[in-house]
Amino acid sequence: MTTTHQLLLGDEAVALGALHAGLSGVYAYPGTPSTEITEYIQDHPLARERGVHSRWCTNEKTAMEAALGMSYAGKRALVCMKHVGMNVCADAFVNSAITGVNGGLVVLAADDPSMHSSQNEQDSRFYGKFAMIPIFEPSDQQEAYDMMPAAFALSERLRLPVLFRIVTRLAHSRASVTVGSAANENALRPDDDRTHWVLLPGNAKRQYASLIAKQPDIENAAAHSIYNNTEWATQGGGTGVVACGIGYNYVREAAPVGISLLKVSQYPLPAQQIRDMAAQCKEILVVEDGQPFAEEQVRAMLGADYPVKGRLTGDLPRTGELNPDNVARAFGQENCPAFPPAVNLAARPPQLCQGCGHRDVYAALNKVVADYPEARIFGDIGCYTLGALPPFRAIDSCVDMGASITMAKGAADAGLYPAIAVIGDSTFTHSGMTGLLDAVNAGSDITVIISDNLTTAMTGGQDSAGTHKYEAICLALGVEREHLHVVTPLAKNMEEITRILRQEIDYHGVSVIIPQRDCIQAYARKKRQQKS
Amino acid sequence: MKKDIKLSGVGGQGILTIATVIGEAATEAGLHLKQAEVHGMSQRGGDVQSDLRLSTEAIHSDQIPVGGADLIISMEPIEALRYLPYLHEEGWVVTSSRPLVNIPNYPDAAAVADELAALPHVATLDIETVARDNGVPRGANMVLLGMAARYFEILTADQLRTAIRHIFARKGEQVVADNLKAFELGYGQPA
Repeated sequence: MTTTHQLLLGDEAVALGALHAGLSGVYAYPGTPSTEITEYIQDHPLARERGVHSRWCTNEKTAMEAALGMSYAGKRALVCMKHVGMNVCADAFVNSAITGVNGGLVVLAADDPSMHSSQNEQDSRFYGKFAMIPIFEPSDQQEAYDMMPAAFALSERLRLPVLFRIVTRLAHSRASVTVGSAANENALRPDDDRTHWVLLPGNAKRQYASLIAKQPDIENAAAHSIYNNTEWATQGGGTGVVACGIGYNYVREAAPVGISLLKVSQYPLPAQQIRDMAAQCKEILVVEDGQPFAEEQVRAMLGADYPVKGRLTGDLPRTGELNPDNVARAFGQENCPAFPPAVNLAARPPQLCQGCGHRDVYAALNKVVADYPEARIFGDIGCYTLGALPPFRAIDSCVDMGASITMAKGAADAGLYPAIAVIGDSTFTHSGMTGLLDAVNAGSDITVIISDNLTTAMTGGQDSAGTHKYEAICLALGVEREHLHVVTPLAKNMEEITRILRQEIDYHGVSVIIPQRDCIQAYARKKRQQKS
Repeated sequence: MKKDIKLSGVGGQGILTIATVIGEAATEAGLHLKQAEVHGMSQRGGDVQSDLRLSTEAIHSDQIPVGGADLIISMEPIEALRYLPYLHEEGWVVTSSRPLVNIPNYPDAAAVADELAALPHVATLDIETVARDNGVPRGANMVLLGMAARYFEILTADQLRTAIRHIFARKGEQVVADNLKAFELGYGQPA
C-alpha cells in the first residue's frame, strides 16, 4: 500500500480516515469543533468522484436517522456533531444500539471541555456507556485517521454503532499524518430481517437482550485493542497512570519518572489491565479530558480502600480542559512563568461584525423595548447570542437550540408581557419550528424575530436548511399573514422596523418578524469567489 | 532542537495564514509539528491565538506549557502581552506596535508600548504602515513573519520563502510576489 504524509487537523484526519474506510455518506449539522469534518469530505475529490453524500442536515437527529437508514441499506455512514448535538439525537442514537446496524455506523461527538464555543462541557463518553456500545477516543491525529477504519470494521463485526469521541484540542490541532489508500464502498445490501428494525416491544426485548449478550465481546475488543496498552515502570510500587485520549500526550509531555502508564483509547475500560496495574502500584492517577468518566469507574473497580486520584480528588481541576501545566502539577511539577502577567491588558470578547444585520435588529429592538420596561427577550444559539454583550446587552436568556421561542411561550403562559424571542434562520429550522407550532396552537402572546442572514454564520457560513422558505414555513405553521413581516435590517429602515415591532408587540397573539439580509462575511466570500 | 511559538492577534487579522506558512515550511523540512488553532465564535473580533510547536523530536502536547514559548509572534501589541506567562526567559516577542482598538477599555497605548519595550528580547514595528507604504497593504502578516524569521533558527528564511510561494501559488503570481515582498520588508528590519 502506498502511503503519503499530510498535515491535517484532527477533524480532517477523522474525515479522511472515514473516506478511506469506504464511507458512503456523512450526515451532520455544523457545530464547533466538529464542522471541519463534513467540510473536508464535501471538498475532497474522492468524495466527489464517488458521490459520497455530504449535504448538511437540518439537525443532529435528522442526521443520525439518515445515517441509520444508510447503514440499514448496507453502506458505511458517519454522523458528526458537537457534544450538545448528542442531546438532540439521543433518541435515535440510543435506539440505534437496540436495532443494531447493517453497514458500519460511526457516531462522532466532538466535546468542548473549557467551553471554548459551547454552553456546557458534557462528556459524550457517558452516552456511549449509556447506549452500551464501543467507544473510540484517539490520542492524536494519526490515531484519529487510523482508528476510523477500525471503528467501521468493529461496527460491522458487532453489528452495533460505535461512538468516536474527540475533543477541541485534537479537532483543531494540526499534525503530520501518514495516510494510506481508500477501500471500496459497501454494495447496496439492505437488512431484510424486520425483527431487528421494527422495535415493537416483542422485538425490542429480544434486541435488548441481544445487546446485553454482546457486552462480553465489546469488553473483549477493548481489552485486546492495539490502542490500549501499558508501559510498565522498571520497578513496582510507584504511581500507576490511566491516561485517556489526549490526556496521554500531557502525561508524556510531563515525563514523570517511575510511573507505569496505561493508555486508553478504546472503551469499555480494560478492567483487567487496570487491576493488574493497581496490584503493581501504590496508587492510580486518572488523566482524562472532560468529566471524571473513567475515574468513577476505576474507583468502583478497585474499592474504597485503594487510592485513586484525578479530577474528583482535586489532583486535577474539576472543570476545564487538561493542559500541560495542570497535568504536570498532578505529578508535583510546576511549570513556572519567567514573566508575570502583563499589567496593560483588557479582555477582548468576540463581537458582532461591523455591518452585520443582527446589529440593526438589536438596535431596533433596544429602541422599542425601552418603552416596555417589563419586556423580556429570549435569545438563542448563534452569532446573535453576542447581542448579550455590550453595547447591546439585549437578551435575557440563551439555553439551547430553539429555546428562545418555547421559553418565550412558557413565560407568556405565566403572564409575562411582552415576551419576545430572537432566533437565527438556521437555528429556527434546527429546533424552532415545532415550538412555533405549539405557540400558534396555543394562541400565545409572543413576538418572534427570525434574524435571517441566509447562512449558518457562526460556524463559518454553511448552507442554512430553510433559506428562502421562512415565510412559507411560518404561514404553513399557522402564523397569520397580517402578523408575518419581512424587513431589511439596515439603519435607513429603522423607522419601519421599530414601527412594526411596536405594532406586533401590541398584538396579543403570535407574530413573526423576519429581518433578512446576507451575513456580511458570507457575502464577502461570495464576492471573492465570483471575482476569482 | 525545538521551537515553541505562540501566535496571537485579533480575529480576522490573518494569524492562521502565518501558521499555515510556518506549517508548510516545517513539513517540507521534515520537522515534527503540532499546531493548535482557535476556530469558532472567538474569530469574531475577539482575541485569537495558535500554538505552534516545531521539533526535530516527537512532540506530545498540542499546547505549549507556561514558561515554554521561544517566540511570541503577535499582530497586535496587547495580544502579545496577553501571553507573557508562556514566554521562556530567553524567548523573543515579535509584535506589531499598532493597537487595534475595538473595545471601550483598551489600555493606554503609551503604557502598552513601554511595557513591551521593557522586555529583554523584543522587536516591534508598525507592520500595517510598512505594508501600506510599500504597496502591499494586505501583507502586514507576512511583514511580521519576516521579522520573526530572524529568530526561528529551526527554519531558514529560504524555507519560509519557499513555503510562501507554495501557500499563495493558487492565488496567482502577483499575490505570491506581494507576500514575498512583505516578508523581505520584515526580514530586513534592524533587530
